[in-house]
Amino acid sequence: MSADATTPLEELADRVVALVDAHGGDGREVEANVTVSRDRHGLTRFANSFIHQHVGEDTVTVSLTAAVDRRSASASTTAVDDASLRDLVERTLASAARQPVDPHWPGATPPDAVDRVGHFDPSTAEADPAARAAGVKAFVDAGPELRAAGYLDSEAMWVAFASTAGQRAAGSSTRATLDGIHQTDRSAGAAHQTSDRLADLDAGAGGELAADLARRSADFVDVDPGHFEVVLGPEAVSTVVTFLSAYGFNAKAHLEGASFAQLGEPQFDPSITLLEDPEDPRAIGLPFDAEGTPRRRFTLVDEGVTRALAHDRRTALRADTTTTGNAVPGGQSFGAVPFNPRLAPGDTAPERMVADVERGLLVTQFHYCRVLDPKTQVVTGLTRNGTFLIEDGEVVGAVGNLRFTQSFVEALSSGRVLAIGDDDRLAAGEFGPGMVICPSLRLAGWNFTGGARG
Amino acid sequence: MTGGSTGASGTDGGTTTGEDPRDAVMFDQAATAVEAALAAGATYADARVVLRRHERLHAQNGELEAVTNTDDVGLGVRALVGSSWGFAATSELSERAAGTAGAEATATAKASALVPGEGLHLADVPVAQDRYRTPHEENPFDVPLDEKVEVVVSATRTMHAVEGVMVATAHLVFWDTEKWFVSSQGHRIFQHLVESGCGMDATAVGERETQRRSYPQSFGHVETGGYEVIRRFDLPAHAPEVAQEAVALLSADDCPSGELDVILESSQVALQIHESVGHAIELDRILGWEAAFAGTSFLELDQLGSLRYGSELMNITADATIPRALATFGYDDEGTPAQRVPIVDEGRWVGVLSGRDSAHLVGLEPGGMVRADGFARIPMVRMTNVGLLPGDSSMEEIISETKHGVVMATNRSWSIDDRRLNFQFGCEIGWEVKDGERVRMVKNPTYTGITPNFWGSMDMLAGEEEWVPWGVPNCGKGQPMQIGHTGHPASPARFRNVRVGVKA
Repeated sequence: MSADATTPLEELADRVVALVDAHGGDGREVEANVTVSRDRHGLTRFANSFIHQHVGEDTVTVSLTAAVDRRSASASTTAVDDASLRDLVERTLASAARQPVDPHWPGATPPDAVDRVGHFDPSTAEADPAARAAGVKAFVDAGPELRAAGYLDSEAMWVAFASTAGQRAAGSSTRATLDGIHQTDRSAGAAHQTSDRLADLDAGAGGELAADLARRSADFVDVDPGHFEVVLGPEAVSTVVTFLSAYGFNAKAHLEGASFAQLGEPQFDPSITLLEDPEDPRAIGLPFDAEGTPRRRFTLVDEGVTRALAHDRRTALRADTTTTGNAVPGGQSFGAVPFNPRLAPGDTAPERMVADVERGLLVTQFHYCRVLDPKTQVVTGLTRNGTFLIEDGEVVGAVGNLRFTQSFVEALSSGRVLAIGDDDRLAAGEFGPGMVICPSLRLAGWNFTGGARG
Repeated sequence: MTGGSTGASGTDGGTTTGEDPRDAVMFDQAATAVEAALAAGATYADARVVLRRHERLHAQNGELEAVTNTDDVGLGVRALVGSSWGFAATSELSERAAGTAGAEATATAKASALVPGEGLHLADVPVAQDRYRTPHEENPFDVPLDEKVEVVVSATRTMHAVEGVMVATAHLVFWDTEKWFVSSQGHRIFQHLVESGCGMDATAVGERETQRRSYPQSFGHVETGGYEVIRRFDLPAHAPEVAQEAVALLSADDCPSGELDVILESSQVALQIHESVGHAIELDRILGWEAAFAGTSFLELDQLGSLRYGSELMNITADATIPRALATFGYDDEGTPAQRVPIVDEGRWVGVLSGRDSAHLVGLEPGGMVRADGFARIPMVRMTNVGLLPGDSSMEEIISETKHGVVMATNRSWSIDDRRLNFQFGCEIGWEVKDGERVRMVKNPTYTGITPNFWGSMDMLAGEEEWVPWGVPNCGKGQPMQIGHTGHPASPARFRNVRVGVKA
């Protein structure tokens, strides 16, 4: 199955646009954006060191956002026969016509050429259950005395977009992820790998890493909570970046006063540069957003100064600016978010970061983080799957999981970022894999407010 | 093909016997998938054809922001081979696609043999051929759109008109789900579930903070039932109070810090149950099947029947038969009848949430708690209505008997560790209580604790008059992620000497 498998989807999108256009005339202005997507996803899940759930799906979805005289409505369906598509169009237009005028309706997406970005790997799209099972076996075998759990999946998406204003776009993407842990009776260690190519995953190496972390954590001791210098691994940093992106660089949240972001202000340490970077060769995803707008690289934070927000066409209209190509499905309510945030790497090796810490904690991963107030970015959560005490530049042992209550913006503010790693990669954060590319960070302080046992 | 029909046999509720003209086609396609799975070598298979229609209306600041309709139509088939389930889903409804999916499910399960475990077997359940419909008075999809729009627009207009409110939102949500289930053991079950819900919130923005108030609870409340649910909660009538409280919070004092008594209103008790009881008692989690994602459970099966989970006031059931509650149905998604299962009896842990495979593994009766998020996801253990049975006190009596504490209402943040032991919750609003009276409103109330210690400190529990079957429509679990609908009946309760006011 190749990237060109979008052709039937493009034809389907054109048919829906034609059905919408047929309802125009008689003085009514009828507009629409249509997205047709095919998702082929297989996931091999394992626990207690064997595969227990093994799933696959192949679904096609047609999504329609339509406006009649600037009154808008949206609908989607997985039924793509002629009668269902006609029903979809008629119901959506009827629904739209009965709405109040939508003051933020930006119009159907106008033509804007989309450059295809090659985040698609045919062999990943074709991956079968046996290929994924082989990866799981390599992961499990790395810890024969341990209990392994996790998943290995492969996904391909083909998407076609068409609007009544003439925009046409088609693209495809693949993703494969290994997300697993090894466990002793007292501890766990994790490994995460994501790529657009299943062949890039080294499940055996992932298993070795997770097993090593689990074994080294087995004799953990509890430390009293308090303020610690920290070295955060890429997975932990990914969660921080995800929260900043979803709640802070979201233009809708900014328009509503709920974002911390202040454009032009030095809100972060000068060493921090954050990009929205769908053009990075490692990035996962499509070359256009849910509104069919081309997705391009731009800078969110430049050397500590907040420079930009993620916009869709609705928020761009409200803010009198242009979309950045960050519309998400259903984004009318939540707003636009960066899909591919990339925190620029530094030049410090992770081992050097640890060596420079007099007393602090090495945190590999955060767990169950939730924002207490989006404006302050105060978040609570826990450490998980490997937390270690550093003394005099050396990891001296594992510690029990800790709860933190910490402002993510404050943690990255001027003077608080002591080093940035040279180990940037796709890292899995709180909301899953395939979004954030980031390195490790050494930070001056992190507020741990409780141990996992009280 | 679209869902949404309520059928011809009325909405009197419960199990009905009326046939549906679509039965032959839908049951036949599910049967085709099951037969193909068996032919390919599965020892057991089941399949569901699902038509799920979802409508959501969302308004902000007096303007309608989105009306969205989603139709999910397709077939999912599950096949058991050895120690693994294989599952395949297709959005194409045809005999050919059903047969292909059935064969793929078995082939997928067979591929698991490269990393095998002990064979899975299924506990016995009665083989049912039955029908079930959600009792409801008014089909929400038949209510004129204009009427629904007016509810959310007027509620947000009222809230936004209150000085200091920056953002006012309101939403209505409806699900209409029809599913035809067939198993290789002879099940043929049709169910038609109707769910309706609503919610609104007002956000006031200060220089360095936001404060929010929500109604009926944060992220909305959903029940099984029709549009009568929306009428009962009457968003516009409550809009002024919600907005005024959000603004008042900006100038309120911070929640005090220290060890105080905590009095939780019922929707926060519901979320406390969800996180620290509901997920902890999932048998698949206890068995380690969810370990890598959200984690395991502090519960160990050899403690079942003896572990002290909480005080003697703590009586928890998982009951899929409670009228109006969100996780009420006729059968789960592997054909086990809905039932009431004791979970905690006078503070002692006595039960789990289980499916046919997990129950067989540990020698328990299956609890009928296996459900899937639409046709494209594999059924898994999900909470039903995991609720706290009412006590004999009342919120006012609890306050009057509290020397120093904080009343906390409406969840704002929630976090719990990977063993369901250490939690921290934030609520939208609090009131400090001194010598039996509310003395002041406080903002940013938070509390933290350890599950059995916290439940062990519960010493007062309000009665049936304040018992609400709260619904949580956004429970995430599994990989790929599934969103589950769970119920948590609860009434207000007091917990002694809890750490409150955790700050950054």
